[in-house]
Amino acid sequence: MSAAVSAEHHHDHHDDHHDDIGYHATVKGYAVGFLLSVVLTAIPFWLVMGKVSTPAATGFIVLGFAAVQMLVHMVYFLHLNAKVEGGWSMLALLFTAALVVIVLAGSVWVMYHLNTNMMPMAPHDMRSMP
Amino acid sequence: MSSTTMNATGAAPVFYDDGGHHPQQGTLLGFWLYLMSDLLIFAILFATYAVLGRSYAAGPSGADLFDLKLVAVNTGLLLVSSITYGMAMIAMQHGRKAHVLRWLAVTGLLGLGFLSLELYEFAHLIHEGAGPQRSAFLSSFFTLVGTHGLHVAFGCIWLFTLMTQVRRHGLTRENKRRLVCLSMFWHFLDVVWIAVFTFVYLMGVLQ
Repeated sequence: MSAAVSAEHHHDHHDDHHDDIGYHATVKGYAVGFLLSVVLTAIPFWLVMGKVSTPAATGFIVLGFAAVQMLVHMVYFLHLNAKVEGGWSMLALLFTAALVVIVLAGSVWVMYHLNTNMMPMAPHDMRSMP
Repeated sequence: MSSTTMNATGAAPVFYDDGGHHPQQGTLLGFWLYLMSDLLIFAILFATYAVLGRSYAAGPSGADLFDLKLVAVNTGLLLVSSITYGMAMIAMQHGRKAHVLRWLAVTGLLGLGFLSLELYEFAHLIHEGAGPQRSAFLSSFFTLVGTHGLHVAFGCIWLFTLMTQVRRHGLTRENKRRLVCLSMFWHFLDVVWIAVFTFVYLMGVLQ
């Protein structure tokens, strides 16, 4: 009896392996991710719409919440970890994240200094620009 | 040549490649790499918005234009569509075709709801004279948010196409692979939307 069961199990497992597309989601994982992201979305909207704090402080807090929520989505919805595809997915993400940081920080930094170091220009000068 | 040598020594041939390190599904990694390149597109649009987002050209600012209640509803729609897609994936793992189709339909409707609200918002802005040609801020706003919306639109087309595929051919290996790819696409768009509603809408209203 037990031999038959184990043989069946083995067969099942074999089938699973054949049909396995490397994706394993759980209801619990999705529920946890969803609850976390609802909280992480609701708080920033409340902070901004209720004008709870000063704009500068609220801005930083809101950005922090967004960063955390992105991580939550990556882990619970995209099922990302260091083992997916033998670590290549994570490596690709880290590489892309580095590029994104360079693009964003570099653009803002360069353009800010370009703006602040420009000579002030009167509107009538602006109109005669080519 | 080498085989003759081995036969001469009488040793069995040794294979160093047992195939163990090859991924089961190259497609999923490939699709992930596509998503990463898409992320770069969004990064460039976000950088553009970061630079131009306060150049109002004496026109309206984000605080004048954005309706946060509408954005909150839109965010909710996209967030709920993420978990309904997750339910479709779980039904797929259990091989329940009818459940998969039902959850996909709900996800698609939520996606269409998101698109309708976004199109309403765009139409409203253009009607008020705050179209993309009004200022650098609005040009970069329409490009960034519009690109995200375009992705959602194509995601919806993909989703409804895939529903037909699943209905006709069932949960075959190919269809499962496609469902996993679309799930990555859908959740990825949700991640981008987090950045959009935070950086564009919430911080735009803050001033």
